[in-house]
Amino acid sequence: MSHRAGAVLAALTAIVVGCCAPGSAPQSTVDTSTTPGCGTADITLKARFETGFPLAKALADEFTRQHPNVTWDIREEQFDVLTRNALRVLADDPPDLMRLPQVSEAVRAGLLRDLDGYARTLGWDRRPSAQTRPLRVSPNGRPRGEGPLYATGLSTSVTGIFYDKEIAARIGIQEPRTLAELDNALARAKSAGITPIAGFNGGATGGLTFPLQSLMGVYSTPKSLDDWIFQRPGATIDTPSNIEAARHLARWLKAGYFDPDLNATDYARMMDRFTSGKALFMVNGDWESATLDRRMPNRAGFFLMPPRQAGHPRAAMAGPPTFGIPSRAARPDCAAAFLDWATTNPTARDLVVRVGGARPLGPTTPWPLDPASVTAATFAATDEVLTHDTAMDFIANATGAIYAKSWTPQLQRLAEGDQTPEGLLRAVQADYVAQTGG
Amino acid sequence: MRTRLAGWLFVLPALAVYGVFVLRPLALVAQYSLYRWDGVGQAVWVGWDNYTAVLTDPDLHRPLLNALLLVVLFTAGPIVLGLTLAAALQRGPTLILVLPQAVPPVAAGLAWSVLLSSTGAVNRTLEAIGLDNVTRAWLGDSSTALAAVGVIGAWALLGLCTLLLSAGVRRLDPSLYEAARLDGAGRWQEFRTVTLPGVRREIGVCVVITSLAALSSFDVVYVTTKGGPGGATAVPALEIFHLAFTDRQIGLASALAVLLVAVVLAFTAPVLRWSR
Repeated sequence: MSHRAGAVLAALTAIVVGCCAPGSAPQSTVDTSTTPGCGTADITLKARFETGFPLAKALADEFTRQHPNVTWDIREEQFDVLTRNALRVLADDPPDLMRLPQVSEAVRAGLLRDLDGYARTLGWDRRPSAQTRPLRVSPNGRPRGEGPLYATGLSTSVTGIFYDKEIAARIGIQEPRTLAELDNALARAKSAGITPIAGFNGGATGGLTFPLQSLMGVYSTPKSLDDWIFQRPGATIDTPSNIEAARHLARWLKAGYFDPDLNATDYARMMDRFTSGKALFMVNGDWESATLDRRMPNRAGFFLMPPRQAGHPRAAMAGPPTFGIPSRAARPDCAAAFLDWATTNPTARDLVVRVGGARPLGPTTPWPLDPASVTAATFAATDEVLTHDTAMDFIANATGAIYAKSWTPQLQRLAEGDQTPEGLLRAVQADYVAQTGG
Repeated sequence: MRTRLAGWLFVLPALAVYGVFVLRPLALVAQYSLYRWDGVGQAVWVGWDNYTAVLTDPDLHRPLLNALLLVVLFTAGPIVLGLTLAAALQRGPTLILVLPQAVPPVAAGLAWSVLLSSTGAVNRTLEAIGLDNVTRAWLGDSSTALAAVGVIGAWALLGLCTLLLSAGVRRLDPSLYEAARLDGAGRWQEFRTVTLPGVRREIGVCVVITSLAALSSFDVVYVTTKGGPGGATAVPALEIFHLAFTDRQIGLASALAVLLVAVVLAFTAPVLRWSR
């Protein structure tokens, strides 16, 4: 390269880079306590929703039907894309309403509206604490689980074990009441030549977090897991009871209770295997209830992970799919009014059940459902978890990177027999400390 | 002087596009690499700290090693096969060989992940010839995943290399082959003494393109394994992506990106000089 060309390059570089450090100072967060509404003038609400979950769009359409002055400008994106872009979207081009991943980082950056004012006015703060706890964040981002409310949901969600009633009847299995009975059922399915658990753990998906955390809920307590997930100072995942849970999962893996290509199986393939009757159990959540009732009517059952002793309360991962209102949203009141309407309006609540297959947030009124449907079973499980207050957030939500950087690769190694249960939790805890500062 | 100015004017539009879409992002990455920044809030100047952190992070040794192994797979396959095909098909049709090049890497990755899945065509073929005990989920087994990714990458690059090399072979003076034959050379000697030296420059270009593709590989890995299982196929470009968009450590990601550019240049410059 000649000197002249070099000089040109240097000049170009100087022009395009400019002078200043990247980024900008965070914006302040606004609280409001006026009764929110959408008024009577024509307005357009901007929203970002998640592709593949039609509930939000269905509710938006129904809202417009009831409030013709409100129209929508909706952009749907894959959850993965939403997660990666959330902070930039909230900062640069904030909609009025946005489906969000874990909200700590957005709160720390001052990008989300404090919803406590709305919660007081609209009564969200009177909902069961399991429905609001994961969405409360201390203003500097940690710990989670306390402080102002920064997001809310449309429905509750609950995870547990789905089972194929036909296979269960064929090999003579009842719904297990204890962990030992579950172990027994797994062994019987295996000896009958049926895959005991349909799982997924391929690519970037550490799907073994579902059975692992379910087992942790048995050996440990939801409270101690939440302390870790919410980043309370000094919390650790590397405890003797969690090691017991990881060992239990390792025994399942060693016994061949999952398909041998577990590490190459994605979520969609797991669903396909379960719905086409190739596996007895699947650890998953009630967001699939409506789908399962459609694809395998009256054939799917559901129970919460059984405890070690029959009759003890059962824990479950449960966190409402999260919607937040950006600090810089143009029409926050209307967005809040929509979120409230979605959980109180009878037609909206009916949509939540029919389209979403999950129990709406708010009052736990009885719901007319086909008792043979799996939706009825997940509703009952939701009520059980709310009654005992045994809901916990997901271990994948502890930090922004813990799922992709730690749980996924470590669980893939556990599945291959290349990592020990003790090593798994030690490695995840080390990453957690590095990411949070302890 | 006037002609010089005219020359610059002609180049200006291209230079402007190059400046905005190549130089500016490159310069911004270099700038970001000197800050600690989450991509949204205020950035903090940290000087060379990000580079120290990247260079001393043991988690990044595996991706780098994987990239070097991919260089071998991505380079050896297309060049050996491409040379063979080019020499064998000196007069034949080459269009069909370019087909892999016409398939976008993402589509190729998706198609191959179906072929290599536990119930895919590869395993069914193996079962049909009695090799049931070697069947597996090739991309889901940490002992074979990297090699499987290497095969996909090599397949994707084969078309381009064959095209380049057969153009080189066709460019060679037929009288050289005639002379070799008169001296009693067989096909192998002909290949070794005429074809191979004759296409040295094309081989060089192939090595540069394939090793670039290996060192900066992202698309094939992203659609097939996303770096899994257990980091077996982690590559530097994927780590940059994770650092920037999962960890939100734009500074660290940028530092690693700058270092990757340096590694790529260090790797390809000698090859380019050799092939001149």
